[in-house]
Amino acid sequence: MKTQENSSKHVIIIGNGIAGVTAAITIRKLSDYCITVISGENEHFYARTALMYLYLGQLRYENIKPYEDWFWQENRIELRHAWVNRIEFEEKTLILASGETLAYDKLLLATGSQTAFYNWPGQESKGVHGFYDLEDLAKIEKATQRGGKAILVGGGLIAVELAEMLHSRNIDTTILIRDAHYWGKNLPKAEAEMVRKRLEQKGINLLFKTTLEQLEQDSEGWVCAAITNEQERIPCTFVGIATGVQPNLELVKNGSINTQKGILVDQFLETNIPEVFAAGDCAELAFAENRIEQIWYTGRIQGETAGYNICGHQVPYERGVPFNSAKFFDLEFQTYGSVNPEVNTEESSLFWQNEAGTASIRINYLKDELKTVTGFVLLNVRYRQEVCETWIREQKPLEYVMKHLKEANFDPEFHRRHEKSIQHVYKSGN
Amino acid sequence: MDFSEKTAWFSKKAALPLVLTWAGLLMALLPLFLKSYFISVLSATGFGLFTLGSIWYIYLKFRNTDSANLQHYVWFNQFSARRSAAWLLGIILTAFYIVLFWFPEYLTGLIRIFDPLSFLLRGRQADEWFLYGGLYTLAILIMGVRALLKYQSSPYHKWRTVSIMFFQLVLAFILPNVLALFKEPEFYFSYFWPLKYDYLFPVSFENLQKHPGGLTTFMLFWTVSLSFLATPILTYFFGKRWYCSWVCGCGGLAETAGDPFRQLSNKSRKAWQLEVAIIYPVLGFITLTTALLWLNSYYKGGILGSLSGGFAHTYGFFIGMIFSGVVGVGFYPLLGSRVWCRFGCPLAAYLGWLQKHFSRFRITTNGGQCISCGNCSTYCEMGIDVKWYAQQGKPIIRAACVGCGMCATVCPRGVLKLENKKPEGRYEPTSFIHAESLRIL
Repeated sequence: MKTQENSSKHVIIIGNGIAGVTAAITIRKLSDYCITVISGENEHFYARTALMYLYLGQLRYENIKPYEDWFWQENRIELRHAWVNRIEFEEKTLILASGETLAYDKLLLATGSQTAFYNWPGQESKGVHGFYDLEDLAKIEKATQRGGKAILVGGGLIAVELAEMLHSRNIDTTILIRDAHYWGKNLPKAEAEMVRKRLEQKGINLLFKTTLEQLEQDSEGWVCAAITNEQERIPCTFVGIATGVQPNLELVKNGSINTQKGILVDQFLETNIPEVFAAGDCAELAFAENRIEQIWYTGRIQGETAGYNICGHQVPYERGVPFNSAKFFDLEFQTYGSVNPEVNTEESSLFWQNEAGTASIRINYLKDELKTVTGFVLLNVRYRQEVCETWIREQKPLEYVMKHLKEANFDPEFHRRHEKSIQHVYKSGN
Repeated sequence: MDFSEKTAWFSKKAALPLVLTWAGLLMALLPLFLKSYFISVLSATGFGLFTLGSIWYIYLKFRNTDSANLQHYVWFNQFSARRSAAWLLGIILTAFYIVLFWFPEYLTGLIRIFDPLSFLLRGRQADEWFLYGGLYTLAILIMGVRALLKYQSSPYHKWRTVSIMFFQLVLAFILPNVLALFKEPEFYFSYFWPLKYDYLFPVSFENLQKHPGGLTTFMLFWTVSLSFLATPILTYFFGKRWYCSWVCGCGGLAETAGDPFRQLSNKSRKAWQLEVAIIYPVLGFITLTTALLWLNSYYKGGILGSLSGGFAHTYGFFIGMIFSGVVGVGFYPLLGSRVWCRFGCPLAAYLGWLQKHFSRFRITTNGGQCISCGNCSTYCEMGIDVKWYAQQGKPIIRAACVGCGMCATVCPRGVLKLENKKPEGRYEPTSFIHAESLRIL
C-alpha cells in the first residue's frame, strides 16, 4: 500500500481533534508522506468526550489522552503547538502566529467548532460558559466554586453532561429546554419521558418550552439571573450554554474557500480548492443536504475518509447505518438506524419498557407488508452494532429480528435479559 | 469547591460510625503497648466496634451508588489519588509486613487476642500467621461489603465479590485451620502450584505421606490435578479470571481492600515491558526449581546436595515475602492493587499464557462506539491500556487481564463485554472502524 514516490510530500493538518488525528493516523498507514498536525488549543490530542470526567474527579488530564506521547514521534507524525494566522492557498503555505511560514502539498482543515451563543443580552457576563474544551472546563470549575444555583440552556447531550457534573457538586440546577420534551429531535416521547423522570429524580429541574431571553449581571460583572421567554426571572450564579456548536471558520472566512455554515466539501471531503480537504465538526457536506455532522463517530469516519482521499484513494464519505450512544446519569442510550418513528409517518415501532422505567427496547419498522426493520433505540440495554447494522442493511423483516433477537444482545454476563419481554409484546400485538 | 453542603450533611450522619471505627481500631491495637486481662477484653471489643463502625460508614457512603457515579471523586480523594494520606498508609502497611516477617515478637500482645478464635478453630494457640490470616480475611470481608455496595449496579461484580469472600473465608481461613484441629495437614484447597510453589516440591509429598489416609491421598490428587488439569480446562472456557478474580486470595484482597487504589496501576508501555521481563522469568525460575528438586530427590540428593532447598528458600524470601507481601500489599496506596499479580505471580504468568493462546475468553468491543474517554484504561488494575484496543475496535486479549470486568463497568457507552465465545475469529476486529480492510497501525 505504501507509495514511495510520495514520501517527500508534506501533508499539513490543522486541528488535532478526533477528525484531524484520525486522518493523520490513516495517512501514516497508507503512505510515507511527511505529516504535520498543528493545534493552537493543545499540544496533544485529548478526548473531548471525557472532559466531564475531569470535573467529576473520575479521570485526570493524562487519562484522557487516547495515545501515549511516544506514539506521535514513533509514527512520524509531527505535532506543532501553534496557532495558524493565515493560509495562502495560491502559494500553498500557511503563516503561523509566530510569523513562521510552512509549505504544504496537501492540507486538511479539521478546525472543529465552538459553542453557539445566540446573542443573548448579558451573555458576556462572568460565569456564562459553553462546554467545549479544556479552557471551558477550567472556567466552569472556577465559576462553580462560588456555589449557588446553575441554569443550563439547551435540551441535548451537553446539557445533561453539565447537569451530571453540577449534581456531583450538589449545585442546584435548572435546564431550559425549547422543545416540549427532552432531546425532541432524537428521542421518541416515551424514552424522553424516562430520561425526564430520571433527571428529576436526581433533583434536576427541567423547564420545557422555555428559552433564554436575557441574562442579568451583578455589580462585579457576574451573572446573577436569567430571564426566560415566559418573563420568569431565575436567580443563578452560573449559566451553561448547551445550545449546540458552530463550525470554526475564522481561518478561512476571507479566503477563496467556499463556505456556508461550514466549509463546503464534496463526497471526497475535498473543498473547492484542489488538495485542500475538510473533515469533522467544521465540514459541511454539500453532497448530502448540507449536513454538518458534529459527533465523535462521524468526526472519526470523516477523518479516516479524508485520509484515504489525501493519499489518492478515491473513497467517498459514507456514514453507513447511523449509530449513536450517550449516557444520561445512569441511563445508557444506544441507537442504530432510524431513531424516531414519531417524525416519520412511514414507520411504526415495537416498544417495551420495564416496570421501573429504567430500561427499554424500541424496534422501528416500516409500515409495509414485511414490517422491514429500520432502527433500534435502547435504554439500559446493549445491542451489538454488527448485528443491528446487518439486519437494517439487509432489510430484515420484524419477524426475523424477533426470532433472532438474542444474537444482538451485548449486556454484561449475569445481567437480566429482556428479549423475552419484548418478544411477548410482539406476540400479544399480533 | 462547593462540597460544603454535601460534606456537612454527610459528616453529620457519618460521625458516629467514623468515631466507632477509629475508637475500635485504637482499642484493638492496645495490646501492642499494654498488657492485662482488661486490655485484652478491650481489644476484642475494639475489633468488634471497628467492624461495626466501618461497615456502617461504608453503607452510608455507598448505598446510593449507581452505574454512573461509582468512580466519582476518586482523584480528589487523599487515599485514592496518592496524596499524603496514601503515603502514610503505605508506610504503615509496609511497616506491618516488615514487623510480621522479621520481628513478629513485637506482635505478641495482638497475637494473644486471637487465641480464643485459634483454639476454637484449630485447638491451639495463635501465632503470627494465624493473626495475619485473620486480619487478611477480615479485610476481605469488610471491604467486600464495600465492593458489593459500590458495584451494586453490576450483577457480575456482585457474584464475583461473593465468590472471593467465600473462598477466602472458607477455603483459605476456616478449612485449613479446622484440618489442623483434626490433626490433618494444614492444606489450602484454593492455592496450588506455581503460586503455592512448594505444593509440588518433593518435600510436600513426603510430608503429606507422613499422614497416610484417604484425605491426604485426596490432597495430593487435588493439588496435582488443579495445577495440570483443572487450570488449562477452566482457563480455556473462562479465561484466567476463574481463578484470579473469583477464587484467589491475593486477587481477593486486591478486588476488595485494593479497590480504592486500582486506578494507580501504571498504564505505560514501559510498565508492560517491565511486566513481561519479570513475570515470565519468575515462572521459569519456579518451574526449574521444582524440576531440579524432583531430579535431586530421584537421585537421592546427588545433584543439589546441600543446596537442596536453598533455591526454594531464596525464592520464598525474595518472591514470597518481599514481592507479594511488602511490595504487593504494602505499596497498594502507591502502585495500585495488583503489583504482585501483574509483575510477580508465577501462577498468573501460567494462567496468562494459557489465556492468551488457549482460551475462548476475550473482551469484545462493540463496533465503532468507543469515544476514547479513557475510563477503561484508568480503572484497569492490571495496567492494560484497554482503550488502545477499544478505539480501534479490537477485542482485548492480554495475558495480564484478570477479567475483573471493571473496564466494561466504567465504560460510559457500554462498549465492552467479557465473553467466552468460540475461539474462531477471536482476534477479529470490528468492521466499523475501517471502511476497507486496512487497520490502524
